[in-house]
Amino acid sequence: MKVPPRFVPGRGPFPTMIDNFLILFDAPVFAVQLLIDGLLVGALFALVAYGMALVWGVMNIINIAQGEFVIMGGYVALTVANVGIPIVFGLPLAFIVLFFAGWLVFRIVICRVVDQDLFTSILATFGISILLQQLMNQIFTADVRTLESGLGMWFVLDNMVTISQIKVVTFVVALAFGAAIIMFMKTSRLGQSIRATAQNARAARIMGINTDRVYAFTYALNAAICGAAGALVVMTWLVHPFGGLAYTVRSFMIVVIAGLGNFPAVVAAGIGLGALENYAGFMLGTEFQMAFIFGLLVAILVWRNFRLKKQRMVLK
Amino acid sequence: MSKYSKFLSVLACGAVVTSLAVGPTEAKVEGDTITLGAPLSFTGKYATAGKHTKNGYDLAIAKINEAGGVKSGGKTYKLAVQYYDDESTSARTAQLVERLVKQDGIQFLLGPYGSGPTAAMAPVVEQLQVPMVEGNGASRSIFNKGYKYTFAVLSTSEQYLAETLTLAAEWAKSNGRDPASLTVALAMENDPFSQDIRAGLLDDAKKYGMKVIIDDKLPPELNDMSATLTKVKALKPDILAVSGHSKGATLVIRQYSEMQVNVPILSMTHCDSADIAKNFGDKAEYALCGAQWDPNMAYKDSLFGSARDYANTFKKTYDYDAPYQSAESSAAVQVYVDAFQRAKSLSAKDVRDALADTKMQTFYGNIDFDETGKNTAKPMVLLQVQGGKYIPVAPSKFAAAKAIIPIPTWDKR
Repeated sequence: MKVPPRFVPGRGPFPTMIDNFLILFDAPVFAVQLLIDGLLVGALFALVAYGMALVWGVMNIINIAQGEFVIMGGYVALTVANVGIPIVFGLPLAFIVLFFAGWLVFRIVICRVVDQDLFTSILATFGISILLQQLMNQIFTADVRTLESGLGMWFVLDNMVTISQIKVVTFVVALAFGAAIIMFMKTSRLGQSIRATAQNARAARIMGINTDRVYAFTYALNAAICGAAGALVVMTWLVHPFGGLAYTVRSFMIVVIAGLGNFPAVVAAGIGLGALENYAGFMLGTEFQMAFIFGLLVAILVWRNFRLKKQRMVLK
Repeated sequence: MSKYSKFLSVLACGAVVTSLAVGPTEAKVEGDTITLGAPLSFTGKYATAGKHTKNGYDLAIAKINEAGGVKSGGKTYKLAVQYYDDESTSARTAQLVERLVKQDGIQFLLGPYGSGPTAAMAPVVEQLQVPMVEGNGASRSIFNKGYKYTFAVLSTSEQYLAETLTLAAEWAKSNGRDPASLTVALAMENDPFSQDIRAGLLDDAKKYGMKVIIDDKLPPELNDMSATLTKVKALKPDILAVSGHSKGATLVIRQYSEMQVNVPILSMTHCDSADIAKNFGDKAEYALCGAQWDPNMAYKDSLFGSARDYANTFKKTYDYDAPYQSAESSAAVQVYVDAFQRAKSLSAKDVRDALADTKMQTFYGNIDFDETGKNTAKPMVLLQVQGGKYIPVAPSKFAAAKAIIPIPTWDKR
C-alpha cells in the first residue's frame, strides 16, 4: 500500500516527526500544554509507583496486581457516587475499602509467599491480578466507566492552554498523600518498624518487631494508596476491569528508574516520565509513546551499569 | 498391568484417536431439533458484547420456534443452541469449535463475538468443513483467505466510517470549497479492526484528494489521548476520526471537551457501546458514529417485522435498547433458517451450498454473500448525536435528519 502524503500544508514534505518537532518551536504554547498535562499525569503515576516501591522494598515482592488495585479504587469511587454520597468522599472511602481488601489479600495469599523467591511471588500476584480482573468484570461488567468530577477547566495563554481542574486536584492530592506517607514512615512507631523490617527483617524480628504484622500493614497500605489513586483515575480518565496493566507497567518502570525507598526520586521519575511520555506521543505518534519510555529505561539501566563499573563498586 | 490389558488400553486409545480424527459425519439433528453451536464470550473483556450476541441469537431462536420452527425436506424442526464460554480469548474459541463439532456432533455454527475470535474460528471450521454464519467479526483478514465455510451478515470493518469523508466532501462543496483542500486526522487503535478502518479511510481520502495530516496509532493500553489532541489543536484538521473501541470513544469525548479542541467533523466507532450520549450529555453532541444497524432503517422481514419492530420486541424481552450486536446476531440465525429451508438435505455440505446462494431481506438489512463470504448488500449507517439521541444522517437513503456540520466551536456551545 502506498504511504499517503503526510505533511503540514506550506511546510513542504518533511517527515512528520520533524514537522511535529517544529510545531513546538513555532507555537511554544503547545509545548506548555504538553508539559502541564505530562506533569499532572506524572504525579498520579508517582503515587502508584510509591506503593509498589514500598512493597518491593519491605517485602521483596513485585506486586503485579498493582493496577488492579487502582481500578478497584476507581470502582469504589463510582459506587460511592452512584449511591448518592458526594464524590469528595469517594477518595477516602476508596482508601479505606482498599486497605481492608489489601489486608485480606495478604492474609489469604501474600503471607504464604513473602519468604519465597521473587518468581513465586510474581506468579502469585499475577494470579491475584487475573482473579481481580474477572471479579470486577462479573460485578461491574466490562463497560468503560467514568465519573464526572463536576470541576471545570482553566484557560490560560489566550485560551490556547487548557488545564483541567481535576488533574490539578489529582496532582495536589498525590503530592500531599506522598508527603503524609513520608511523615508517617519517619515519625510513627509503625513507620519506623516498617523501615526496620525493610533494612533487615531478621534483626527486626530479634528486636521484637512483629514482622508479619508489618508485612500485612505494608501490603494493605499499598492497596489503599492505589485505591486513592484509582478514585482520581476514574474522575480524570476512565476505568474498566482490564485497564490495570498500564498502571502496573508504569509504576514498575518508575521504581526501576528511581530505586526503592526513595520517595523524592520516585516523584521526580514519575513526573519526568509523564512529561517525556507526552512529548514522545506528540512527536513520534501515540504508538511510540510506550516504546520511547521502554527505550529510555534500557538506556538508563545501561548507563547506570556503566557508571557502577567505572566506580569499581561491584563486589567480586 | 498384564500384557493383555496393556494391549487393550492401546487399542482403546487408538479407537478414541480414530473416532476423534474421523468425527461424526451426520449433523446433530436429534428427533425434531436442530442444534446450532457457538463459542461466546461470557467472561473476559468481551463479556458485555458477548451477552448482546447471546441475546440476539436467543431472541431469534425463540421467535422461530414460536412461529412453528424450520421446515426442511417435508419435516418441521425446532431450533436449539449449545454455547460454551471462550473467556474472550481467540485460542479458546478455536478449541471450543473442535469440541462443539467433534464431541457434541454439532454441524452448524454461529460466530463468536469479535474479529479476533472469529478470525481464529474461521480456519478451524474450514478444516472441519462445517458452515459458520457470523455477525460479529468484521475484520477484513477473515475474508481474504479464500474461506468457503464462513459467512458474515455484517459490513466489513473498512466500511465502518466510510460515509464520513463523503459527508465531509458534500459539506465542502456546499460551502464552495474543494474537497481536496480538507485535511484529516486519524487516531486509530493498533489492532486489526481499527487498522482496517484506517485503511478504508485512507482509500477514501485518496479518492477525494484529502490530506491525512495526523495518523496516530493508539496503543491498546490507552488511557490518555492528550498528546494526540494537542496535535489536533495545533494542526486544525477538518476531520478527526477515532477508533479505539468503547475506551477510545469515551476518552476522546472526555478529553476533546476538556481541552476544547475545535474540529468541524468528529467521527468514531463504538459510540453506542460507550453510550457517549448518556454518559457525557452535551459534550457528546454532534459526534458522528459508525453503526452496523439502526432501528430507523427501512428493512423488514416476516419474522420480526420492521427494524423498528425488532427494536421494540428486543426492548420488551431484555429491558434495554437493542444494540446492533444483537441485531446482527439475530440476522445470522435467520440466514441459517432460510438456508435450512432451501438446502437439499441437512448435511453440512448442502447447507453450506444453500448459504452461499442466500439472497434475502431481513429486518437487519439485505443479505447477499460474495464468494469470500462477506455480505455486500448492506451499507453501514452513520449516526449523529443530536439532542442526546443517535440520529441516522447518512447514507441519505436512511437519513432521519440532516447532519450538523461543522460542529459549533466550544465558545459558542
